[in-house]
Amino acid sequence: MAEAASHTTSYVRDKMLPQAEPPTLQKGAIKWMRDNLFSGWLNSILTIVSIYVIWAVVSDLFPWFANSIWRADSLTQCREIRNATVGADAPAACFAVIVDRWQQLLFGFYPREFYWRPILSLVVMLTALMPVLFPRLPRAALLWSVSAPFVIFFLLWGGSVWFPLAAALGFVIGAVAWRLVSAASGALLGVLAAIILPIIYWLYFAAPLADGLAGSVPLGLEAVPSKQFGGFMLSVVIGISGIVLSLPLGILLALGRQSPLFIINKLSVGFIEIIRGVPLIVWLFTASLLLNYFLPPGTNFDLMLRVIIMVTLFASAYIAEVVRGGLAALPKGQYEAADALGLDYWKSMRLIILPQALKIAIPGIVNTFIGLFKDTTLVVFIGLLDPIGLTNAIRASTDWNGIYWELFLFIALMFFVFCFSMGRYSLYLEKKLRREHR
Amino acid sequence: MSDTATDRAVNRSQMMVSDEVAIQITNMNKWYGTFHVLRDINLTVYRGERIVICGPSGSGKSTLIRCINRLEEHQAGQIIVDGTELSSDLKNIDKIRSEVGMCFQHFNLFPHLTILENCTLAPIWVRKTPKKEAEETAMHFLEKVKIPEQANKYPGQLSGGQQQRVAIARSLCMKPRIMLFDEPTSALDPEMIKEVLDTMIELAEEGMTMLCVTHEMGFAQAVANRVIFMDQGQIVEQNEPREFFNNPQSDRTKLFLSQILGH
Ligand SMILES: Nc1ncnc2c1ncn2[C@@H]1O[C@H](COP(=O)(O)OP(=O)(O)O)[C@@H](O)[C@H]1O
Ligand SMILES: [Mg+2]
Repeated sequence: MAEAASHTTSYVRDKMLPQAEPPTLQKGAIKWMRDNLFSGWLNSILTIVSIYVIWAVVSDLFPWFANSIWRADSLTQCREIRNATVGADAPAACFAVIVDRWQQLLFGFYPREFYWRPILSLVVMLTALMPVLFPRLPRAALLWSVSAPFVIFFLLWGGSVWFPLAAALGFVIGAVAWRLVSAASGALLGVLAAIILPIIYWLYFAAPLADGLAGSVPLGLEAVPSKQFGGFMLSVVIGISGIVLSLPLGILLALGRQSPLFIINKLSVGFIEIIRGVPLIVWLFTASLLLNYFLPPGTNFDLMLRVIIMVTLFASAYIAEVVRGGLAALPKGQYEAADALGLDYWKSMRLIILPQALKIAIPGIVNTFIGLFKDTTLVVFIGLLDPIGLTNAIRASTDWNGIYWELFLFIALMFFVFCFSMGRYSLYLEKKLRREHR
Repeated sequence: MSDTATDRAVNRSQMMVSDEVAIQITNMNKWYGTFHVLRDINLTVYRGERIVICGPSGSGKSTLIRCINRLEEHQAGQIIVDGTELSSDLKNIDKIRSEVGMCFQHFNLFPHLTILENCTLAPIWVRKTPKKEAEETAMHFLEKVKIPEQANKYPGQLSGGQQQRVAIARSLCMKPRIMLFDEPTSALDPEMIKEVLDTMIELAEEGMTMLCVTHEMGFAQAVANRVIFMDQGQIVEQNEPREFFNNPQSDRTKLFLSQILGH
């Protein structure tokens, strides 16, 4: 003080203080517990009650796991083993059923000798997802992602290789039409051409083309009909198709709902509200019972395909609403700046608006996907053999009559792994984007 | 005394202003619902002119300049920009928008793109400029607004003044013939206003046609060759800056000036 005041009467700091270390806090487990578990009497009571509940659950479940039996041919045998080793009263899980039937839980009644096909499909799917999920990979890899659905379709259902190729050609036609027509006469005509030409092609040319080629160059895998699909594979096929297809459709619906064009706006709103307002199970029954009435006579549309369409439509209505939230959260200035630079509607959506809106919507989108994926178990009610349906099938055999928890636990675990990874990916993406854009 | 005659009179007093008409607005009217926000606007802007628009809040200044690149639609009268009339024809609108640059009060940079990407986006996607060339142009204009070193940062990492300068550079990258500014400094902290105004002054000195809504009267005196005063959706008075500030004609202008100049 005397130093500072030595030359002048008024106080002026002539020496800036160096930055100081904060005082060292108490550390250690005791301190942590006092802060987090016993910080007040209410907190302490809650902690004790929680510990009791955890203890009760664990102490009940632990013997069931600890005594679990992995090798047996039937439930009766399981029980005999249990009686012989830990006694009749002791709880013991009979995981032998999983060992015995895991292939069925995973693949349904898909022919055993072809198990490599769904497994290879999974590999194809994962590699195809990589360029989409991790944008740092080279963009050319996206071509693989785009063709993967056709490869997977071919692997799973088999049949002539020309059929998926002929179907894929429709998309190529659409893309080429869009390029040429929109360059020549504007985006609207381009979009129309890109929709109408492929539809005409699929309706009238694709099948004869595929048949013709199959006739002259028979090339393909043995066909596996949809009714042999089942288990977790069925859930994954329906779920992933729904996810992949519902995102673009949902985005279009969200844009439609924001559109000032009367017809498009009302159609989008009507579609979203009707689809959302009716339970999925009703739509699934519609798919299994009614959809054939709306299709041209003679088309025997595969039930699984119908379910995929319904699940997609259902999820897209939810995605649309989530994306709309993201669009609404963007400041008006972003739209105006894009307009003022001369970007047309589609470019400003694609380059400016959607990247930001989707980023905001990621948690909601992933949440919808997780919901969709779990809802695929509802197909059991229309006779498809999803994992739940298979538990019924497994119980129907005399060997495993009466077994529930072990199967459900296994199914729960499989779903959990899937859904949890999706949730983690969503967190990763959110963090990454936040870091990038600040 | 027709508008054109006054315009001419002002015009002649400044260099670098040509006879060529950049913007011609005749009997333009606009309503928001039933609210008559712009009334009988007549304005001719010559190429190279620097026009400052001022007036009380809510007088329709923003609406007027937003009509020029059709961020707002007018309901009556005519707006001709660079020889192209603004109508509902989308082709014309996109053409005009790519010729007319605009800077906003809140910058409106694209937060998910880097500074460089902000600047190259429109040239690449609207003008179809090759990426490399667009990047060179962008760096040129970023140097001009004196922030080339920020090129790879995101807008959120820059100060307000820097963001506004990027916004100016972003518009310039489209090589616009006309620049519109809507209160470019009013969202900025005082110490950043100068850096943005300096950039704008430099632009004015190069002969850019500028319409600028601002209350920076120092800027108006330094670069404007016409000051327009708006009130209640009308152009109340316009004059060259010295006359405008020293010898305002209408009472409303006098009142406004006394309020804004603080005496
Ligand atoms: N989108 C809009 N809808 C209805 N009224 C609006 C809208 N935008 C502006 N206004 C009204 O128009 C008037 C002029 O607004 P504006 O041009 O922003 O004024 P200024 O920029 O001079 O402050 C104000 O009264 C404002 O409330
Ligand atoms: Mg304004």
